[in-house]
This record gives sequence, C-alpha cells and structure tokens, in this order.
Amino acid sequence: MDSEVTPVHTEITLVVNGTEHRLRVDTRASLLDTLREDLGLTGSKKGCDHGQCGACTVLLDGRRANACLALAVAHDGAEVVTVEGLARDGRLSPLQEAFIEQDGFQCGYCTPGQLCSATAVLDEADRGWPSAVTGDLSADPVLDDDEIRERMSGNLCRCGAYMGIVRAVREAARKTETEEARA
Amino acid sequence: MTDRLESREKVTGAARYAYEYPLENPAYAAAVQSTIAKGEIAEVHADAALRIPGVLAVLSCENAPHLHDAGDAELALFQSRTVAYRGQFVAAVVAETLDIAREAARHVRVDYVSEPFDVRLSADDPRLYKPDKVNPVFPADTEQGDPEEAFTNSAVRVDATYTTPAEHNNPMEPHTTAAQWNDDGTLTLYDSTQGSSPTQETIAQVFGLDRTHVRVIAPHVGGGFGSKGTPRPNVVLAAMAAGAVGRPVKFAVPRQQMFATTGYRTPTIQRFRLGADADGTLNAIVHEVFEQSSTVTEFAEQTATPTRVVYRAANRRTAHRLARLDVPTPSWMRAPGETPGMFAQESAMDELAFAAGVDPVELRIRNDTDTEPESGLPFSSRNLVACLREGADRFGWEHRDPAPGVRWEGRKLVGMGVAASTYPAYMRPNKATARAEEDGTFTVRIAAADIGTGARTALTLIAAEALKADADRVTVEIGDSALPQATVAGGSAGTASWGTAVVRACESLRGKMNGSVPPGGLEASADTAAELEGRDAYARHAFGAQFSEVEVDADTGEVRVRRMLGVFAAGRIINPKTARSQFIGGMTMGIGMALMEESVMDPRFGDYVNRDLAQYHVPACADVRDIDAAWVEEADPHLNPMGSKGIGEIGIVGAAASVANAVHHATGVRVRDLPITPARLLPLL
Repeated sequence: MDSEVTPVHTEITLVVNGTEHRLRVDTRASLLDTLREDLGLTGSKKGCDHGQCGACTVLLDGRRANACLALAVAHDGAEVVTVEGLARDGRLSPLQEAFIEQDGFQCGYCTPGQLCSATAVLDEADRGWPSAVTGDLSADPVLDDDEIRERMSGNLCRCGAYMGIVRAVREAARKTETEEARA
Repeated sequence: MTDRLESREKVTGAARYAYEYPLENPAYAAAVQSTIAKGEIAEVHADAALRIPGVLAVLSCENAPHLHDAGDAELALFQSRTVAYRGQFVAAVVAETLDIAREAARHVRVDYVSEPFDVRLSADDPRLYKPDKVNPVFPADTEQGDPEEAFTNSAVRVDATYTTPAEHNNPMEPHTTAAQWNDDGTLTLYDSTQGSSPTQETIAQVFGLDRTHVRVIAPHVGGGFGSKGTPRPNVVLAAMAAGAVGRPVKFAVPRQQMFATTGYRTPTIQRFRLGADADGTLNAIVHEVFEQSSTVTEFAEQTATPTRVVYRAANRRTAHRLARLDVPTPSWMRAPGETPGMFAQESAMDELAFAAGVDPVELRIRNDTDTEPESGLPFSSRNLVACLREGADRFGWEHRDPAPGVRWEGRKLVGMGVAASTYPAYMRPNKATARAEEDGTFTVRIAAADIGTGARTALTLIAAEALKADADRVTVEIGDSALPQATVAGGSAGTASWGTAVVRACESLRGKMNGSVPPGGLEASADTAAELEGRDAYARHAFGAQFSEVEVDADTGEVRVRRMLGVFAAGRIINPKTARSQFIGGMTMGIGMALMEESVMDPRFGDYVNRDLAQYHVPACADVRDIDAAWVEEADPHLNPMGSKGIGEIGIVGAAASVANAVHHATGVRVRDLPITPARLLPLL
C-alpha cells in the first residue's frame, strides 16, 4: 500500500503573469494549490475545489479555466494569468476599475475569479464566440445584459453582487470597445 | 457614495484571507468525518495513515489533548468516543502538504458501534419540547387574549402549514484557520471569523489560556452570513493540530465537509393561523413553530419572534417546539428567526388578502400598529407603511389585476407579489480608541469585522464625521483581537454597536485635543457598556416592503424572477453605495431561498446528501435580472449617535414570501413548502 501513497514529484515550468517558474510538483497537486502554496500567489481563491464555484478561475494559455480542476503536472510549459497579473504597471484594468465603481463585490472572495472570468468574456465576445443565449450564431455577439449574465454564471457570488458585476462587465466592455475604435 | 476602502486590495488579489498568510514551514490538516449518525467510536486505526511519508500526526479521541468547556459542546473536539451526527469530525491528519494530508485522511479507519438514529423532523414527534428560550434570549411562547376563541369567531380565517427546508450559509470562503503556537505559549490564529474578540475569548477558554494569550487576526473574511459568528470545530482542530506538530497548521474545511460541521438554518414546520373581520382587520394571530437542533447543543431558532412585532391583533399566540435529533448542529444563518418566520407570516397574509378580497398592500397597511403589539412599547420609529406605499408606487402595483393565474405571455404566466420585512435594531457594548497625530491624521481602532458588509468603510465615514475631519485623514483598523474589544458582526448590530464606540472615542479625543495636537499625539478611548444600560424603553426595529414580479413557464414549472424591489426604513443610511449592495445581496439570497436552496436530509444515512455547490444551488448571475433597493428617509433619535439601524439581514426577510406570493398571483397555485422548484410546482399547474 505504501508504494501507492508515496508522493511522486515531477519538474514542470509555468509562466505565471509573465514570470517563468521552474517547479517540482506533487503529481496530485492542482494548479490552484501550486499557485497559492508554492508560488505564494494567493489571489486565486479556493471556494469549492470541485470546479463548481469559479473562485479559482485563471487564464490558462489564454482561456479561462478552473485552476482547482487542473493538475499542475498536466500543464508543463503553460502560460497562466491570475488576478495578480490583470493590472499593468500598477494601473488597474478597465474591468478592475469598473468592479470598484459598480461595487461588483462585497466580501471579495469570489472577485479574483469573477475578474479573470470577465476578462475572458470580453475576449471571447471579441472573437465572436456565441453563448447559450446568443440568438444569431453567425453574427458577432453583442454583450448585452443577458449575454453577460449567461457568460458570468460559472462564477458564484454568495454576497449577491451580481447586479454590480453585470454593470461592471457592461461598462468595461463599452470602454474596451471605445478604446479599440479609437485605436 | 464611498467606494469600499479595501477595493484595490480585493480586485488585485492582494487582500489576504485566513489561509493566505506567509507562515514559516506550515503543515496542513485534513479531517476525517464520522460515517455513522449515532454511536460510539470503538477504535481509530491510524497506523496506515502514519506510515505514509510526510504524515506528521493523526489526532482523534484516542490521543487528543484535554480541552476545557467553553460552553459550546461542538468545540469539544475529539474529547469523547460519542458520535452525535454523521459527518462529525472524528479524526484529523496533519502532514507536510495538503495532498498528503488528504490522501492520509482516507487511510484512517474508524471502527464504530452504531446505534439506531432519528434525523426526521415532524410536527407530531413525541420528543418535541418547549425550550427555555429561543435565540438569543426570547421567550419560547407568548400569548395574549384568547386566540383560539377569536380565531374560531373570525369572519375570515387562514389556517395553513408552511415548511422551510434546511439551508446552508455557504460563504464563498470556507471556514478556515491557520494556527500558530508561539515560543511564549501564546496562540495566533488567522481565522475566517465574524468576530475576532469573541473567537479570542472562546478559543482561550477551550485551551485554558488567558484571553490575552490568544490573538485572532481577520482583516478580510470571505462572507459568513452567520456561520462564522461563533468559532466552529475547525478552529479548535487547527489549533490542536499546530500544538501536536509544533508547527503552524492550516486548515480550510472542504466545501463538502462544511455541510455537517459549520452550521445551517434549521428546517421549520410552521402552522400559521390568521383570524380577521370581513375587511381584513386582524383579530387573532397564532404562529406555532416546529424545528430541530442536534443532540450536541440546543440551538432554538427564534422563528416566531417577528410575529410578535409586525401586526396588530388583540388575541395572539406564538410557540416554539424543538426536537433534538441526530443531526448536525444548526446555527445562525442570515436573519435567523425572521427569515423563515416571515416567510410563513407574509404568505399567510397574502392568503388572507385573497380570502378577504383586500389588496395585499392595503391589508398590511390596515393592520399597522403604533406600538409593538406584544410589549406595548412605542416604536422608536416605524415606517412599514411608508415602505409599502413607496414600493407600490415605484413597482407599478396599481396596475396589478388581483385575479390569480390569468396573465399569459406566450406560455408564461406572470404575477406580482408583496411581503413585509422586519429586523430588530440591536445594540451591543463595545470599546474603541481614537488617536490624533500632529500631522492631522487620525487612527481609530476597534476589533470590528468586515465580512463584506462595508463595515471598514462605514466606520471610517462615521469616525470622520465625529472628528470633523476628511475621511482620507482617518484610518480605521479592524479585524484583529489585539484591538479594543468588539462584538460579533451579527444580528445586524455591527455598525450601530461599533459605530457608537467609535463616535464616543472620537468625541472624547476632540474634547482632549482642544484644537491642537501635542507632540507625540493624543489618544482617547471609549466603552459604551454604561451608555447602553440606561436606554429608554422603545421597540427598535427596521422595516421594509419587498415586491417581486415573476414569470412561470407553464410547461416546465420554472420560475424566473423578472424584477424585484425592496424599500426599507432602516434609520440613517451611512454609505448608500455599500448599503444598496447589502440590501440587494440579502434579496438575492431570498431568491435562492424561494426557488432553489434546500439541504436534503437522507434518512437512511442521516446527513445532508447534496453537500456541494453543484447540488446545493445558490443563485447564479443568470438568476438575478433586475433587483433594486431603495429606502425612505427615517430620522430616529432613539437609536445611537448615527441614527442607524442594521441592514445586513433585513434584505432577505420577506424576500421569499414576496416571490412565493408572486408565484401564486401568476399561477393561482399556493406553494407552502420551499423551495418552489419545478418538481414541486409543475404537478400543480
């Protein structure tokens, strides 16, 4: 029996928020625990450890993922962006600013996951990805409130800040569009 | 409209919660739960777990250190062989990493001698008894006049039984403690708690320490909703484990284990009777409640207490009966008492409105009262009627056709409902200090908690006003038991109680300053205990009115809340931005209560089966379409120096009844058993 439970370790590389880390990980370790316990990046939260609440959402190779459901060993060489990587040079992203402006959080525990998820939502809409509520699958989706609510429903907030979260995503989407139009 | 002061920390991931403090060489704990509902532990086999490399210790009733009684038997961790409910912590593994600890916990084998158990709450259980008091210190029963006679002789009668299921608080941050014993024998806890001072006090008792030898640090807490209002066994487990291995130990209760070990709202069975004249004027109100606690401790939820407050009637009775079952221990969940009790009362009022042919808003106005019905005390302020009128006006109530089940939009049935809300305005004694520096800045210290309420921000605004200073010159330090002793963030009493101590400390400081601050600064302190002793006799409560519009899919029975409006009268609102969020947050949880939240007890094994967030449904983003909260101006000189009432809980009170009443208006179907799931509603459509 002992052989079954002796930890097996593997060396992997993770690029987290632009910084490369060489790590020796237990093959059972989730990406979430690796970020939080090994790298000290505790912004990503553990709410359920089962991919049900979304508090651990990070951008994994550019796409949102539940870090609690990802085994670190399976993501050797991956690029990860966590909530700590959303601000640039101390400047908050439009989403981070909008969450503050719209009071899109209370206790703040789901907020890092909400922000990473919302960052991906803006990107997914930009790429023309439809959601379950998109009417015309061939047209570019417009992030109206129904679209935002649907796309953000993988991130639970027990404080009930959804009204503010939807307003914040809507505001950031507009701001991003305006900035893109200017550019 | 002030942003949360810790906003930047929260959106950048810099805000640290209990598990996230850098500790030197931490070890990790994982717990083993009982697999029987009642019986004795015969033997704990720890050898297999201890053979796993990296395992440091296995703790159980066979080797745990002796703990002291702190008045809560739930905290007597591993102190006996008795198993009181399935899922109770019976052992813990401490290991080098979380992965090893969790793996090893699966290798701890516990032999039990199992006994027959009973986990079913029923209104005819012969073991039901009248508790000495209901939470926290209310009488279990009250009676005035002759309610049976008055009910029997009333022209219009409602006699209905409502049930609410067990519900779990489920804060997003699990119950978490990082414990460290220091070289001088003191204990430091980074803890997800709603009260660092009360936790300090309790844990010090458990470990036989002087209060000052425990320090509890909790500047950020990921929600609690009552479940972190007192320390739960996880705090003891972490501290015990840290002592056993001589290293800091971190323990976060896995979500699945929270359902048995961190508290929940008792299920209730409530018979509600209303007797009224033909015009809806109430003669009799009878509210009988059946609910459960565990065999470990008696927690008797005060479900019928709001019935003693809201409507006038000469003949009235309230009663609580409790069954001690072999179930996990229930505790506080957002507005304990008011939340389930007002679901029953406000559903019954809707039934009465229908039976009497009186508009539901008008019925509530007709039965309003100037004095608290049972105590006879005058209200310090009461603006239920103003909330009802303002809400009806804003919500478009006048366009509501009273006939139920007639508004079709395609295959959807549409309806509107209303319910009243109420919550007491409690005050508790607190201490605070205020300090002035030569450079014109101020620091206010109090061991208050901000669990997402916005308390840090509100207290800063309160302090700035009392100091007549700009808020950006004032720093309020909270969330640490090393600060002046404060009461729990509970009972919606935080801002009122802490705020009063803050104001008094600031007033005292201003008196000392006399316009200038000497070198080295000035400090003043306050203790509000004496001030709270001699308060005038008033009934102090917040009130509100909740309006909902729902659509019901006639083919699936799915209920969607289209829009919801709460109008509240809660004294002076300190910070509108965070206050609105709190009201809306409570209402959102009310949607959960109305439509989806239900912890299902498995009578074969004796615990809650749907113990994760995929099976215990809480509202998601798509469940919330349009919720708004507003308030009426209310100047109340009998409360506290701010003139504020608590707002953390009233948002959920009445919310579920408002939705259920809207479902009745939409469909003509009265659902008296929550939640109103498609499975429950569809067969009745």
